[in-house]
Amino acid sequence: MAKFFTKEHEWVEVAGGQATVGISEHAAHELGDITYVELPKIGRSVKQFDTLAGIESVKAASDIYAPISGKVVEVNQALDEAPELVNQGAEAQGWICKLEGVDEGELAALMDAATYSTYLKGL
Amino acid sequence: MGYCPNTPDDIREMLAVIGAGSVEELFSSIPAGLRAKSFDLPPGMSELELTRHMKEKAAACGADVVPFIGGGIYDHFIPAAVDHLASRAEFYTAYTPYQPECAQGTLQALYEYQSTICRLTGMEASNASLYDGGTAVAEAALMSLRITERHKVILDASVNPLHREIVTGYLHGLSAEAVQVEPKGCASDLDRLMAAIDGETAAVIVQSPDFFGNVQDFRDLAQKAHEHEALLIVSCYPIALGLVASPGEMGADIAVGEGQSLGNPVSFGGPYFGFIATRKRFIRNLPGRIVGETIDHQARRGFVLTLQAREQHIKRHKATSNICSNQSLCALRGLIFCAALGKKGFEELALLNYDKAQYAKSQLASVKGVDLLTRGATFNEFTLSLPTDASEVVQRILEKGVAAGVPLGRYYQGMEKALLVTVTEKRSKDEIDRLAVLLEEALWS
Amino acid sequence: MELIFERSVSGRAGVRVPLSDVPKAAPLSEALRRQEPVRLPEVSELDLVRHYTNLSRRNFSVDTNFYPLGSCTMKYNSKINENVGGLFAGCHPVLALLPGGENLVQGPLSLIHGLERQLAEITGMDEVTTQPLAGAHGEMTGIMVIAAYHKARGDNKRKYVIVPDSSHGTNPASAAMAGYEIVTVPTAPYGDMDLDLYRQAMNEEVAAVMLTCPNTLGLFNPHIAEICAIAHEAGALTYYDGANLNAILGKVRPGDVGFDVIHVNLHKTFSTPHGGGGPGSGPIGVRGDLVRYLPTPRVVRREDGGFTVEDHPEGIGRVSDFFGNFGIMARAYAYITMLGREGLIEVSEQAVLNANYMMARLKEEYELPFDQTCMHECVFSAVRQMEHGVHSIDVAKYLVDRGFHPPTVYFPLNVKEAIMIEPTETESRQTMDAFIEVMLEAARLARENPERLHEAPVTTPVGRLDETRAARAQQVCCE
Repeated sequence: MAKFFTKEHEWVEVAGGQATVGISEHAAHELGDITYVELPKIGRSVKQFDTLAGIESVKAASDIYAPISGKVVEVNQALDEAPELVNQGAEAQGWICKLEGVDEGELAALMDAATYSTYLKGL
Repeated sequence: MGYCPNTPDDIREMLAVIGAGSVEELFSSIPAGLRAKSFDLPPGMSELELTRHMKEKAAACGADVVPFIGGGIYDHFIPAAVDHLASRAEFYTAYTPYQPECAQGTLQALYEYQSTICRLTGMEASNASLYDGGTAVAEAALMSLRITERHKVILDASVNPLHREIVTGYLHGLSAEAVQVEPKGCASDLDRLMAAIDGETAAVIVQSPDFFGNVQDFRDLAQKAHEHEALLIVSCYPIALGLVASPGEMGADIAVGEGQSLGNPVSFGGPYFGFIATRKRFIRNLPGRIVGETIDHQARRGFVLTLQAREQHIKRHKATSNICSNQSLCALRGLIFCAALGKKGFEELALLNYDKAQYAKSQLASVKGVDLLTRGATFNEFTLSLPTDASEVVQRILEKGVAAGVPLGRYYQGMEKALLVTVTEKRSKDEIDRLAVLLEEALWS
Repeated sequence: MELIFERSVSGRAGVRVPLSDVPKAAPLSEALRRQEPVRLPEVSELDLVRHYTNLSRRNFSVDTNFYPLGSCTMKYNSKINENVGGLFAGCHPVLALLPGGENLVQGPLSLIHGLERQLAEITGMDEVTTQPLAGAHGEMTGIMVIAAYHKARGDNKRKYVIVPDSSHGTNPASAAMAGYEIVTVPTAPYGDMDLDLYRQAMNEEVAAVMLTCPNTLGLFNPHIAEICAIAHEAGALTYYDGANLNAILGKVRPGDVGFDVIHVNLHKTFSTPHGGGGPGSGPIGVRGDLVRYLPTPRVVRREDGGFTVEDHPEGIGRVSDFFGNFGIMARAYAYITMLGREGLIEVSEQAVLNANYMMARLKEEYELPFDQTCMHECVFSAVRQMEHGVHSIDVAKYLVDRGFHPPTVYFPLNVKEAIMIEPTETESRQTMDAFIEVMLEAARLARENPERLHEAPVTTPVGRLDETRAARAQQVCCE
């Protein structure tokens, strides 16, 4: 499965009609030690690029935007107790939530891993 | 005059370092058209003149009136140690503890304060203080809107009327609604409060002792609120908590109140402090600063401002509140006051207030034509009904140097004859007896 | 140090509660009674005094250390103000609301009125209210007044408040609490809010623009009159955040320039002590039509020259319980009265002189992003030190080891590695020189021995604390 990235440093991976969403390794590094992830409510529907969740470190707070439209069906509950999972693996065990009812066509508005990597170099 | 220490030589040498010809030159970035059109203030004064001037003003401040007035602000005894310790310049001339290593004094004191508030209210998490009682109730209302994502609070009209005005003002701009439930006689209408709760309700806001003085049991109300996933906000009077069940024991989700009675003088309206405490699960929704415990690299315990990402300096318009400066020094006084009295003393103090008020109740209610409106349990306040307009009676007694109470007609329609009387531990039996005589005279002679 | 609770010994008593002179009353019913006494500490008065005296010694404060904390105006808090501010401790505010009571409290009422008139003259506004309890509370009150003004005119389309990106966080937070959405305008390369972008952002849906002047970089914005005019042309109002008023006393009055609403921080400009984070006091001043929307109540002069408390029916309602933080107001009134006209002008002149001296002496070692004459504070950046792996926080902590409270760091947000220094007028050249030496020493250490800066502070009761742990553990009260 391929990950796609937003300019705001979220990633999404779609498999079997379900999208897994998180923040990029780069974003996690920039934020520093994550102290809290405000998970979305299950059942909530979001449009692409709407605010989906929130994330905090000691000195910063950021919104997490939906990289793709869909309905929240699962959240990474482990982050409630261990927000540091995002630092340990932002693009793996530190995923934020899963969305259903997604339209893969929206991925066209995002960057693939290679493009995102070039984008980061330009920042 | 402005406590400016630089001598003319200093100033000359500093200007040379800067490379400016004069101090005025440093203001040259201000266009001429923007200069002050006026600055018409009198010349300054010496310390001696100022002291005389201020003493003149202070002589006319009613400090010798014997107060049977409360209504949220109470004349309590303040142990000398409170003044002395809170007047340590290391406390009062420090700033907000943003650099924790050189602010452990303030930070630890605030941590102790938060612990004290939690113990008083039966809650699990307190912030480091809010402005005052009224804004604390308003902040609690806003907090309930955030937690429940609803837009309506139910406000018991036996909550302090000044606080209710502040709540409605705060909610107004946010298009949220405060539905007020009028009291039944001189007590909360608990049945109507319960009936008003529905699936749109963010919180029910009540007070105990309420504005009339009633000590109330909110357990059923808490249950009803929780059935609708609404919160129960209880405003409380901390001295009463030495005796009466705490908001936590009643099932409250947020406890707030005016902290003045804990070691802060009445001081014509401030500075006081507001307190707010809640269940641990709502900690991120608290407004304002919070101190947390942690360790340094040598595992030594220390304290820091924590969960700052909720606050305005990081989250800006998405912050849980705009509050920045709080009432830290007043909270410190509150803490020292509680520690000075201690576990036993605090309870004794509450009992003394209760006993004195009960005595006053019996004495005043036996004055001819006077009735008790608060017939249930009270703490150190109660409401009387007089045979005539309470304002006139208060005015007459005030001429004798005694503030007999707060006439309630100003706050509640149809209660022109109701008088709210407060009796703290500072009122002696003689003063209470004298009030009974003055009341009798004012009514009947 | 142990907590006061950890000093507690069961059965030990502190202050004695007076004996009762009335009969014992029948107890409260079980359901209404507290189940257990409040678990307060049980300590002797001496335990108590030692504990808090020793705690106080773990603080830096203005009375013990130079405290050049940018944006906070940590000037000396004169002792006479503490004396006279406490004179009103026994005055109950409810007295003023009783029938016939106002005649008993003419002293404090005249003081409130006097302070309001002083502040109106200092800021060039028509009327002032002292009700707001801190700067941010003043901001919210001011924006509520602005909202009431628009609403009364039937102008209901305005839903935005403009703030520059360098503004204090309280500005957008306060406007949001008053129900507005926020539009942020970036800073231009010349250090002020970008005028073109501001012009583009301004339209008929904007309720107000909020500005600090001098701005948070310590620079006087020469375009403020134009900024006000652009707002007024679009029917919006202008809000002056008085956080930096210390720079312009007697030089510029926000009201003359075109600001409609201001707040002042008595705990900054007018020398009332900060109290370890409060109490502050944030009176607001307004012009013209806005006076009618000020909060209730108002202290007004009676025909006989006395003072009375009046409801203010068209106003925005009540924002605090009584008249504001009176004890703080009394100190500020004393300060203004004692300094007088010339004294206040000297305050600004010396504050600006001191800041420029600091800037001139430090700019060789520290990057100065906006190299021009500053007002009461100057903002450096530690980008040169960063080349050696040293950040502004490291410089700050080293200053602590050398007995100086650090400047504000990492603010304003639009300067990377910001170090914001506000010496204030009450510091002498000699004190500043000593501070400058340590700052230069830190710059040298950054090159030669950065480790020393990284390990600072080493002289304090605790070293750098683990803030991540605190935020994750959420231990905010003891068990």
